[in-house]
Amino acid sequence: MKLLTHNLLSSHVPGLRPGGGFPLRIELGRPSELPPEPSPGYEADEEFLRRLHHVLLEVEVLEGSLQCPDSGRRFPISRGVPNLLLSEDEA
Amino acid sequence: MKKLKLKELESCLQQVDTFENPKLLLEQYPTRPHIAACMLYTIHNTFDDIENKTIADLGCGCGMLSIGSAMLGAGFCVGLDIDADALEIFNSNIEDFELTNVNMVQCDICSLSDSMSDTFDTVIMNPPFGTKHNKGIDMIFLKTALQMAKTAVYSLHKTSTRQHIQKKAAEWEVKMEVLAELRFDLPASYKFHKKKSVDIEVDFIRFSAKKVLN
Repeated sequence: MKLLTHNLLSSHVPGLRPGGGFPLRIELGRPSELPPEPSPGYEADEEFLRRLHHVLLEVEVLEGSLQCPDSGRRFPISRGVPNLLLSEDEA
Repeated sequence: MKKLKLKELESCLQQVDTFENPKLLLEQYPTRPHIAACMLYTIHNTFDDIENKTIADLGCGCGMLSIGSAMLGAGFCVGLDIDADALEIFNSNIEDFELTNVNMVQCDICSLSDSMSDTFDTVIMNPPFGTKHNKGIDMIFLKTALQMAKTAVYSLHKTSTRQHIQKKAAEWEVKMEVLAELRFDLPASYKFHKKKSVDIEVDFIRFSAKKVLN
């Protein structure tokens, strides 16, 4: 799962408030290599753009989980594929 | 990006691995390379809805349409399917084709509703038709696709449902254009069927996601 894909996903656990399912928290071992906020003028910062491109499109999360911000429900990621299937009682 | 000819695209898509044990209840069958190539070629050349665009493939199965889109220069493709086995084959296809801009998500399209509104430029899909105890699933896929897409949805639907779809399209205020009428030969579902395959008439349709603009 690339970071760009993660950006498109949100939790669809029933009963959340609008927008309550986004963004899903990525849980993995490794800390991020990016600063928490882009600094002003980041468009011109080649080094930052290179690292941003790398993290968005070249890093793949293979194993981990995505946590719904409101409900806390975890969706597993295995072999690079996030599994957003809800169980029978949830849907 | 080298301009790919229709015949080249079709012959590349013939290399896509397909279902080993298709699950009947999920209506699993591969979109034929010829049909996929013609669809994608039209979407790309007539409407310019593939190159550098973000694309979702709902009910992607083994990824025929996603892979074809990537080959025509899509910016980023995401395939969505409920079945882990199909996605595994899709994954190995992505490795074989050495594609770097294709990802996949396992989920049930029917339970997404509008949680992914306006997330993709284009949705391209060959959805289940609703022939296996899942009547109405084609319209659920279509509605979700229209919510997800910013510009257009390209989909295949049984010609026999055309009027019903036209009614729904009007209700949802989306423009609908039947781009082509195709004939699918679907493999026989049950052992006792006499014919080896069944021919059904299918419409290839373009829906504009936002009314008025396109």
